[in-house]
Amino acid sequence: MLRRRLNRLFGRDERKVDSRTIYVGHRPCPATEALIPPKFCDNRIVSSKYTVWNFLPKNLFEQFRRIANFYFLIIFLVQVIVDTPTSPVTSGLPLFFVITVTAIKQGYEDWLRHKADNEVNKYLVTVLEDGRRACKESEKIKVGDVVEVVEDETFPCDLILLQSSREDETCFVTTASLDGESNHKTHYTVPDTERNLESLSATIECEQPQPDLYKFVGRMHIYRNNQEPAVRSLGPENLLLKGATLKNTQKIYGVAVYSGMETKMALNYQGKSQKRSAVEKSINAFLLVYLCILVSKALVCTTLKYVWQNRPGQDEPWYNQKTQKEKDTNLYLKMFTDFLSFMVLFNFIIPVSMYVTVEMQKFLGSFFISWDKDFFDPEIQEGALVNTSDLNEELGQVEYVFTDKTGTLTQNNMEFIECCIDGFQYKYADSGTELDGFCVTDGPGNILQQKAGREKEELFLRALCLCHTVQVKEATGQGDGVADCVEDQVDGVMGLDGETVGPADLGGFIASSPDEVALVKGAMKYGFKFLGMESKNMRVMNRNNDVETYELLHVLNFDPVRRRMSVIVRTKSGDTMLFCKGADSSIFPRVRQEEVDKIRMHVERNATEGYRTLCVAYKLLSREEYDQADTGLREAKLALQDREEKLMAVYNQVETGMSLIGATAVEDRLQEEAAETMEALQGAGMKVWVLTGDKMETAKSTCYACRLFQRSTELLELTVRTLVDLGRKREERLHELLLDYHKRAVQDAPPIKAGVTRSWSSANQDYGFIIDGATLSLVLNSSPDSNSSCYKSLFLQICQNCTTVLCCRMAPLQKAQIVKMVKNCKGSPITLSIGDGANDVSMILEAHVGIGIKGREGRQAVRNSDYAIPKLKHLKKLLLGHGHLYYVRIAHLVQYFFYKNLCFILPQFLYQFFCGYSQQPLYDAAYLTMYNICFTSMPILANSLLEQHICMEVLMDNAALYRDVAKNAMLGWGPFLYWTLLGVYQGLLFFFGVRFLFSNPALQDNGQVFGNWSYGTIVFTVLVFTVTLKLAMDTRHWTWINHFVIWGSLAFYMFFSFFWGGIIWPFLRQQRLYFVFANMLSSVSAWLIIILLILLSLLPEILLLVLRKPRGPHSRQKKPVVQSGEGETQSPRSSARPLLMKTFSDESNTIL
Amino acid sequence: MASNYNAKEEDGHQPAAIGHGGAGTVKNKKPDNTAFKQQRLPAWQPILTAGTVLPAFFVIGLIFIPIGIGLFVTSNNIKELEVTLTNYSVWLAIFHPCYNCSQSYSWNSTKPCTCSVPFSLDQPFESNVFMYYGLSNFYQNHRRYVKSRDDSQLNGDKASLKSPSKECEPYRTSDEKPIAPCGAIANSLFNDTLELYYIDPNGSRTAIPLVKKGIAWWTDKHVKFRNPGGNDNLTVVFQGTSKPVNWRKSVYELDPSDPDNNGFINEDFIVWMRTAALPTFRKLYRIIHKKPNMTPTLPLGRYILEVTYNYPVRSFEGRKRMILSTISWMGGKNPFLGIAYITVGSVCFFLGIVLLIIHHKYGNRNHSADIRS
Repeated sequence: MLRRRLNRLFGRDERKVDSRTIYVGHRPCPATEALIPPKFCDNRIVSSKYTVWNFLPKNLFEQFRRIANFYFLIIFLVQVIVDTPTSPVTSGLPLFFVITVTAIKQGYEDWLRHKADNEVNKYLVTVLEDGRRACKESEKIKVGDVVEVVEDETFPCDLILLQSSREDETCFVTTASLDGESNHKTHYTVPDTERNLESLSATIECEQPQPDLYKFVGRMHIYRNNQEPAVRSLGPENLLLKGATLKNTQKIYGVAVYSGMETKMALNYQGKSQKRSAVEKSINAFLLVYLCILVSKALVCTTLKYVWQNRPGQDEPWYNQKTQKEKDTNLYLKMFTDFLSFMVLFNFIIPVSMYVTVEMQKFLGSFFISWDKDFFDPEIQEGALVNTSDLNEELGQVEYVFTDKTGTLTQNNMEFIECCIDGFQYKYADSGTELDGFCVTDGPGNILQQKAGREKEELFLRALCLCHTVQVKEATGQGDGVADCVEDQVDGVMGLDGETVGPADLGGFIASSPDEVALVKGAMKYGFKFLGMESKNMRVMNRNNDVETYELLHVLNFDPVRRRMSVIVRTKSGDTMLFCKGADSSIFPRVRQEEVDKIRMHVERNATEGYRTLCVAYKLLSREEYDQADTGLREAKLALQDREEKLMAVYNQVETGMSLIGATAVEDRLQEEAAETMEALQGAGMKVWVLTGDKMETAKSTCYACRLFQRSTELLELTVRTLVDLGRKREERLHELLLDYHKRAVQDAPPIKAGVTRSWSSANQDYGFIIDGATLSLVLNSSPDSNSSCYKSLFLQICQNCTTVLCCRMAPLQKAQIVKMVKNCKGSPITLSIGDGANDVSMILEAHVGIGIKGREGRQAVRNSDYAIPKLKHLKKLLLGHGHLYYVRIAHLVQYFFYKNLCFILPQFLYQFFCGYSQQPLYDAAYLTMYNICFTSMPILANSLLEQHICMEVLMDNAALYRDVAKNAMLGWGPFLYWTLLGVYQGLLFFFGVRFLFSNPALQDNGQVFGNWSYGTIVFTVLVFTVTLKLAMDTRHWTWINHFVIWGSLAFYMFFSFFWGGIIWPFLRQQRLYFVFANMLSSVSAWLIIILLILLSLLPEILLLVLRKPRGPHSRQKKPVVQSGEGETQSPRSSARPLLMKTFSDESNTIL
Repeated sequence: MASNYNAKEEDGHQPAAIGHGGAGTVKNKKPDNTAFKQQRLPAWQPILTAGTVLPAFFVIGLIFIPIGIGLFVTSNNIKELEVTLTNYSVWLAIFHPCYNCSQSYSWNSTKPCTCSVPFSLDQPFESNVFMYYGLSNFYQNHRRYVKSRDDSQLNGDKASLKSPSKECEPYRTSDEKPIAPCGAIANSLFNDTLELYYIDPNGSRTAIPLVKKGIAWWTDKHVKFRNPGGNDNLTVVFQGTSKPVNWRKSVYELDPSDPDNNGFINEDFIVWMRTAALPTFRKLYRIIHKKPNMTPTLPLGRYILEVTYNYPVRSFEGRKRMILSTISWMGGKNPFLGIAYITVGSVCFFLGIVLLIIHHKYGNRNHSADIRS
C-alpha cells in the first residue's frame, strides 16, 4: 500500500479511470456486439535505446547534447574551418577518443539490453489457440491469449489466473525479481470458471495499465449458454505479474491482460532521476571562470593585435607578406577569425581530458567500495553494492543523515518479550519453571503476583495464534497459505519473510512482517502452536496438545491507515469471533474504555523501553452482525471503483465495540554498533534525523539507545500530544510552541559562528527535536493563512540548531518531504538517506545520496539506492573513510587539472606578446595534444585513485576530521584561488625565466643558437616536470603504482621527445622538432635553467607545506586525540547495555 | 506511458534489461582480500616537516650559490662586443657610416651598398670568437612567417621541390615556376656580407679569416636539410624552379665554391631557417678560430667591419648589429643565469635560517602542546 502511494508519485494517471475490455481467447461473446478487436500493444519489451540503424546519429546527438562535448566540437569545427594555429587534430583526436569510448560503452550496454530483451522476447511460451497448444515467441503474445505457464517459469505478461493444476485453485508465485520479496505468495483462480478453457467465453473488464504492483481492479463476465452473464470480481490476487515466477504449482493457464510495455513490471521501471554531485557544480563554476579567462585572453590578444598592427611596418613587413586571400578578407571578419584563432590556441585551458579523467576516476574509484571486505557481511554473503559512481565524493560531504529506524537502526529481528493479559504482566522466563510456562514477574501498579484467569490467558493466546497472516513452511514444501500475500505492515514497513527455523517438527513460519512471526512464536512458547491452514481452516494446538480448528471466514488486512488487522473465524462450536490486533492508538478507541486503563500503563511502559507494542482485542459476532459484515465485505470486494475505500468502511464498521484482552511487547534489537556509528556521524558534524513510521515512545527510546539523544539533551517536542494539551486551537498552540522553541534553540543559543555550532563542545546545550507526522503535515501544509511559510522556516531553524531530530509516525511521502525541505533550505546542505525498506525508497530517491541496507525487508531500497551496504555500521566507513577520501581525491583532481592547464597555457598566452599577436603556438602540436593525454594524465589519475592523505583507520577513529572537508571546503573559491595563483605564478615563471635566458640565444658551447621551438621545448620540459613533481609533493601515499606512474610518465616524456625529434617523419609537412630536444639537452644552460625553474616554482609550495604545520598531529601518526579515545572507551559499554537504561530520564527533560 | 518508460534509460546505470532486474546485481562473492582492492598497498608516506625540509633548504642554498657564482664569473669572463649597423636614434643615425645604405628601402637596388664601420677592442679576445648578426624587431616568430616553409622540400624531396607546400604562399611560385626554397623564411634570407679587418698600428688592414662551417646544427646540416639528388649538379636539379623573389642569386649559387655548403645545405641558409624565438635575436654568422700560437684570436686594437648592406630593416623599424663574442661552456654571455642562481640560492639559505629560527622558537612549544594534550 505504501508502494501505491509511491507510485502515485510517478503514475499520476491513476485517476483516469478508463477500463479495457479483453475477450478471453479472442472469442466473441454473445452479449456484446460484434467483436472489434481492441488494439493493445504487443508483448515486446524494449529496454534498448538504439537500433543498429539509428545508433550512430542518435548516440552522437545525445553525446553532443552535453555542454562540454558540444564546446569541444565547436572548437574542433573552428579549427577545421578557420585557419588556426593548431591543426584540428590537436583537439579532434581527444574529442574523437572521448566520443568513441563513450559510444562503445553505450553501445555495449545497449547490446546487453538487446540481448536481454531478446531473451525475454524470444522466449517460447505455450499459447492455447482454438483448442490447440501452440508454441509462440513471447513477444507475439497478444492481449486475450490464453497462456500456459509451467513451474519455475516466469510469466510472459500480466495474466489473469484462470486455471491452476493445484487442487485448491491457487498457485504460488515469487516476486523476487519485481520487489525483492522472495516469499511465496498465493494467487487465486477466478472462482467458478469452467475447467474447459476452450469453451470458456468471457470478457474481462479491467482498468488501464498502471504501475502499482499491488493494485488491480477488474471484472470478469462469463457467458454460459445464453444465461445471464456471471460476474466475478478480479483483484490483485487473481493477477499474475510479468516477471514473477511460478512456484510449487505444476502449471497454470491465464489470460493475458497487459502485455509488453504495458505490464506492471515495465511500467514500474521508472528511471531514477539523475543525481549530480556538488563537486560537479563546483567544476561547472570553475569552468565558467576559466571560460571567462579564455575569452578575455582571446579578447586581449585580438585587441592588442590590431593596436600593434596599426603601427607602420608591423602588419605586413616586406619579409612576411600576406597572401592575396588574406589581404582581401574583410577587416571585421578577420578580427573575428583572429578571435576564434586565439580561442583555439588557448582552448587547452579547458581540457577535454578532464572530463574523461573525472569519469574514469569515479568509475574506477567506485570499485573500491564494492571491493572493500569490511563491507562484506558473512550473514548474507554479500558486500557493498555501488549503483552509481557519480556520487562517490558526495559521501564525504554529507551534512544531514536521514535514517529509518526499523531495520536500519534496529535489526528488525523481532523477539517476543512479554505480554500483558488483562492488566497482568507476563514475562516468559524459562520454559521449565512453571507448568503452564507462565511466570509472573512484576505487575503494574500495586497489583502484584496475580494472574489473569486461565480463560483470558487462553483467549489471548488463541488470538495470537489466529490473528495473523503467517504461513507455515512445511518440510514437504506444501505450504498452504492463510491468505493472499498481503503486505502486512506494522510500523509501515514491508516485510520479507521473517523466516526462522521453528522448533520441533515445524519447518518455520513465513510472514510478511517479522513481528507477526514473533507473536506466533511467542504464543508457541506459552503452549499454543499454530499448525497451519487446511483448506480455510486454521489449526491450532492448544496447551493440552489438542488440535483446535477454526474456519477462517475473513481476513481484514492490515494497512497503515487503520494500523490494525483482524480475522473473523468460526469456532467448532459455531461461534463467530473477530480477533483484532493493532497499534494502541487504533485499538483503544474501539474497545470499552474501562479496559483500556489497565492495559495502557503496560503499553506505555513497554513503548518507552523500546519495545513494539500491539494490543489484542476480540469480539463475539452475532449472526446478524456477521451476515451484515459478510455481505458488506463481499460487495466491497466486487466493486470496480473505490474498492479500497469501500472495504475500509466495512472494516471500520466491523471493528467496533471490541473488548481488549491484552497487549504484547516485541523487542527489536539495535543494529550492531548502531550507537557507535551514530556517535561517529555526529562527531563528524553530521546532523542525524530519524524518520520513522513508528510510535514516538519507541522511536525516542531507540534514539536514546543509539545515543542520538544524550542524557543532557533538552528535548523539544512538537507532537499531537503537546498540541492538544491546552484544548485550544491546534494551530495557535503550534504557533506558540514553535515560537517558544525557536526562542530556546535559536535565539538564546550563544551567537557563534557556524563552524563552532557544529562542534562537539559540551558547554553548549544540545537540543533534540521531536515531531510527529500529523504535526509535521500541520507545519508543512497548514491552512492557507499567511503563517504557513513562517511555520516552515521556524521549524527549519529550530531543526538546524538541534543535534538530532526525530520524526515519528511518518508516512513514506512525508519522509521524502522532509528530505526535500532540508535539501532545499539555505546553503543547500548535502543530505543522505539510509533505509532498508520499501517505505524508505521515496526518501532514498529524494536525498542527494541514497543508501540502501541489504536488510530483511526486500530489495526495493537497495535497488533504488545509490549505494547499498549490508549493515548500518558500514555507514561509518563509507562516509568517514571512503567518502572523505573520495572527496579529497576528486577535489584535488579537479583543482590540479585546472592548475596544470593554466600554467600550460599561460606561457603560450604570454608568448603572443612577443610574436606579434600572431597566434604562434609556443609548443609543438604534438606536445599540445599529448600534454593532457599522456604526459600528465596518468599520475593524477593514479593519485586520485590511491591517495590517502590520512589513512583510513585514522579517518575512522577521528570523526572530527570529516569536518575538515565539510561544506565543499576543498573546492571553495579560496582553494581555487590558491591553485589559480599557483598556476599563474608558475606560468609566469616558466615563460619569463626562459625569456631572460633567451636574451642571448647562443646557449651551446659551440656558439650555435636556439630557435623558437627550443624555447617552447624548454618551457614545456619545465612545465611537465614541475606539474608532475607538484603532484608528487601532494602525494602522501606512495604506492608502487604512484612511483611507477609518476616516474614513468616523466620517463615517457623524455623518451617521447627523443623519439619525436629523432626521426624525419615521412608524412609530415614540417619537421620543427627535429633534434630540438636532444640539442636542448646538450646545452648546460638549458639544464641549469630547467632545474632552477622547477625548484623555484615548487618553492612556495614547499614553504607552505612547512609553515602549515598544524596538520601534523592528526595526520598519519596514530596519536589518539583524547576526545576520540574517551569515545572509544565508552562505546563498548553502550553496545553491551540492554536497550535502555536511562528510560525515563527523558521524560523529565521534555518540555511540555 | 511509453515515453515515460524511455526516460528511465537516461541514467545509463541500468545494469541490464528489465527482464533481469535485480538478479544480475547480486554478488555472492566475498571481495578479494588483496592489498590493492583493500587500499592497503604498502606505501611510503613521506611527511614534509620543517625537520626534513630545513636541511634541503640549506643544501640547495649551498649548491646553488657556488653554481651561481661560477655562472656569473663565467658569464663575466665572456667577452662580447656589439657593433651597431643601424642606429635606433634618428639623430645619431646620420653620423653612422651605414646611414646612407640603411636608407634604401628596396631589394631591387642594383648596386650593392657598402659601408665600413670602425670599432676597437679594449681587450683581446682569446679562444674562438663567434661572430653573430643581430636583428631587432624582426618577427621571425610570427605565425605566418614560421609556417611559411616546406620541410620536405628542404629535405630533398623532389615532389615537394616541384610543388611546394601551400603553407609557402605567397612565396610559393613565381613566374608560374615553383620557388626553391619556398616560403617567407627562405625568401627573407639575411644577405648582408660582413668582413672583418684588423687595423695594424701601422695602418694596414689585415683580413681576419672567417670560417663559415660549423655555424649550423650538425643534424640540420646533415639530416634535416638535403639537396634533392645529392650535392652535385645542383644547377640541373634546381632546373624548373625559380629563386625566391628577394634573392639575387639562385639557391644553387649560394656558395659555388664549396659543394658541401651549397644549395639547401648552405649553413647560412640553415641558420636562417631556424626561426628565432624572440623578435630581437642573433644568429651565428662566422667563427674566428683560435690561432695555434699563443696570440689572441682578436688582439686589442682597431678594427673595421666591412658591410655589404643589402638587408633593409628600416621599413619595420628594425635594427641590425654585429656581435663578436667568445663562448664558454654555458654558451654566450648571459649574466641572468648566474644572478638567478645566486638569488635563489641565497633565498633558500635565508629561508632555511628563518625556518630554523621559527622551528626553534615555536616548534618546541607545539611539541610540548602535543604532549600535554
